Amino acid sequence: MTPLSGYLLVSALLFCIGLAGALTRRNAIMVLIGIELMLNAANLNFIAFWRFSETPETQTGLMFALFSIAIAAAEAAVGLALIITIYRHFKTSNVDKVEELKG
Amino acid sequence: MTLPFAIIAGLTVGSAIAAMSLRNMVHCALSLVLTFAGLAGLYLQLNAEFVGFTQILVYVGAVSILIVFAILLTRSTDPKDEPATVTPWVGIAVAVAAFLTMALAVVASPVGKRVAAPAPEVSVKTLGQKLMTDYVLPLEVMALLLTAAMLGAVIIAMKDKEGQR
Repeated sequence: MTPLSGYLLVSALLFCIGLAGALTRRNAIMVLIGIELMLNAANLNFIAFWRFSETPETQTGLMFALFSIAIAAAEAAVGLALIITIYRHFKTSNVDKVEELKG
Repeated sequence: MTLPFAIIAGLTVGSAIAAMSLRNMVHCALSLVLTFAGLAGLYLQLNAEFVGFTQILVYVGAVSILIVFAILLTRSTDPKDEPATVTPWVGIAVAVAAFLTMALAVVASPVGKRVAAPAPEVSVKTLGQKLMTDYVLPLEVMALLLTAAMLGAVIIAMKDKEGQR
């Protein structure tokens, strides 16, 4: 059986890939995909810590991961609706070109 | 480290890198589906069957379809025309620094060497009972949040009709 550190390292790697993508990509959808990757990395941590905990029968980590998946789904739906509206308004989904509030 | 874990982890991380670095956004979305499926595999390996199948239903099924639709709806001319960012190295350096910090902490921590206890008894029945007893308030709040998010997404994305909503 793989020790806990294996799962934690995979999760850290996923988080940092998502972070790099969210910081470097300019398309709003790609930024959202990066954020989804980071959320998924956090979920993997919850499940891994639950599985390797002293009292897995309380199922706290599972519950947290389930609720986190539901919140991420709501976030993705609202975020993509916003991106579509921004695209309709500014005719672009490049986050650098949406700068009307810039002083 | 077992062979199945190495295969699934390699697939997940590799497709995540592809999802964040490919130029064509449709390819990015397809790699993202592979990443989500690999994560579901990792959950199954960790004896979290219900969360694994939820991951497949919600992410591989719903969220990726949403992302593909958004990509198709916001495609201006060519999917490859996204201009490269001015300073990609700053973002990559921040991510690498964050990874090194986390990796050092994980490797140094004694928690990381913990080996799993025998597989816990978790059935969908006990999960459902917990959701309906201990976690009933979060469940109801979640139902409200999902309803609000659905209505909000529809209203935000609704087309303006000659200036009026």
